[in-house]
Amino acid sequence: MKILVPVKRVAALEDDFQIFADGRDVDPECLNYDLNEWDSFALEQAVLIKEAASTDVQVVAVTVGPEPCDEILRACLAKGADRALRVWDDSMLGSDPIAIARVLAAVAGRQAPQLVLTGAQSSDHGHATTGIALSAALDWPHVAVVAGLKYAAGDARATATRELEAGLLQDVELVLPAVLTIQLGINKPRYASLRAIKQAAAKPIEVLALSDLGLAASVVGEAGSASRVRRMVIPEKGRAQMIEGTVQQKAQRLAQIIREYKAA
Amino acid sequence: MSMGGILILAEHRDGELRPVTHELIAAAQGVRRSVGDRVTVAIVGAQAERFVRAVSVEGVDQVLTMASPQTEFDTDVAEAALAAAMSDIEPALILLGHTVDSMSYAAAFATRHGTGFATDVFRLDFDGGELVATRGGYGQKVNVELDFPGRRTVVLCLRTGTFKPDLKPADPAVRSLTASWPPARARFGPFIAPCATDDVDVSAVDFILSVGRGVGEEDNIGQFRELATLVGATLGCSRPIADSGWLPKSRQVGQSGKTAVSCKLYIAMGISGAIQHLAGMKHVETVIAVNTDSNASIFSVAKYGIVGDMFEIAAELRKQFA
Repeated sequence: MKILVPVKRVAALEDDFQIFADGRDVDPECLNYDLNEWDSFALEQAVLIKEAASTDVQVVAVTVGPEPCDEILRACLAKGADRALRVWDDSMLGSDPIAIARVLAAVAGRQAPQLVLTGAQSSDHGHATTGIALSAALDWPHVAVVAGLKYAAGDARATATRELEAGLLQDVELVLPAVLTIQLGINKPRYASLRAIKQAAAKPIEVLALSDLGLAASVVGEAGSASRVRRMVIPEKGRAQMIEGTVQQKAQRLAQIIREYKAA
Repeated sequence: MSMGGILILAEHRDGELRPVTHELIAAAQGVRRSVGDRVTVAIVGAQAERFVRAVSVEGVDQVLTMASPQTEFDTDVAEAALAAAMSDIEPALILLGHTVDSMSYAAAFATRHGTGFATDVFRLDFDGGELVATRGGYGQKVNVELDFPGRRTVVLCLRTGTFKPDLKPADPAVRSLTASWPPARARFGPFIAPCATDDVDVSAVDFILSVGRGVGEEDNIGQFRELATLVGATLGCSRPIADSGWLPKSRQVGQSGKTAVSCKLYIAMGISGAIQHLAGMKHVETVIAVNTDSNASIFSVAKYGIVGDMFEIAAELRKQFA
């Protein structure tokens, strides 16, 4: 039995950043990369299911992206994934989450997992789209923003607890195979041991091209996307009035604001 | 794009219309003239007609009631309802809230029906006849403008708490629409309220001192609890702190926690300002943010900002109140 965990390499901006010359993205020199936080919870959930299973469970991490994304796949391998796949083709540049989901669906079609667990959203762009778009491409049942899961390897059904606004919860029982998008806090993701990191460095990463998945270039990239980035702009700075000075002066001003509020 | 106007799917839960529905109606007004000048609100549910009065406000031309077998939200039912309403209305624009319910089916709908799609949109414009939707990117540090070339219909999930509703009652046309409902693939249980685990309710207090990831480790919570007491505030937190179990969920401010409804003074220490956190406190009159990152998005909603180490500021503040 397989659990497929689609993961994303997310980008965080450095303190000083600028928009790239074409006006449609930031200068890649200003980006730092990491495994999407939500995906680390999805991976942990898959590994927990595997560890509790009496049958053989294989956790397969997959990402869509160029070669430097191998780094996050190695992190997944170090944290308990058994296999790692990466799909890339230059025609995928400009893909939105719906085009990415189409690629992931082709991977899921070949891997035939019982469960797809992925992050409810990404920390960089926060679309909250890929997992549910993937479920449609597969025509599988799905639950979004899952904060609890009752499922043991081999079960035909799962009960996912979805987290609504204001902390309201709701159990959803669904037939597998299914796609669940995982919310922060569902578990406590482990840190990889040094030994596991070393072992992961030696493991193979399977690389697939579009043609390996039987997909045409027209279903990915801008042509296969449901939106197109027209331009990116740095918004005007917020209205915060900055309190300057030494640490002591800053704290004095803060204390003054608190006292004024309490006196009012 | 189509000229069939704008279709809004009303959101309701537990017998109440969710406020986002009125926000969507408000958002539609700014762009309606570019897409056929007609706004339709569809209501889905076993008791859909219960919400007709609540959505009958100025700016709505038509209300569609769609009687489904389920009273409450179901992903497959919502998707089927939206498909039926779309083929009936042929809208240019479908507006939904960027809410957990929409997150559960909107992307599936867009994938299946080949519509344009974007989420967490906070601005809508038409530029030279082209729809432009603006959302945040890279942790809300840039604005990303999206367009949707060649799409007849575009589905947009709009950020909640952004478009201000205008609630003058009106008398739009009401009709019912039937849809064929899919066989149930999932069974949705009852709503479970979060359990009250703590002595405080951060939605009820007027002065909150909140800590975020910058607090670093659980052992550091104590000194901020003491600081909060010293300055007369209630200690609150952002999601990662509650998820780690360092503070109870009842102290979490944000979309999935509490909204600081009664708060007038909010000190955010070591909180970068994820959009879900801002949703719970950006309305507060006086927000003071302390963060080491001068680009942190918390500064975009704060009245006062301090770039600095929360521990150093806390230590000095303690002296001020000693």
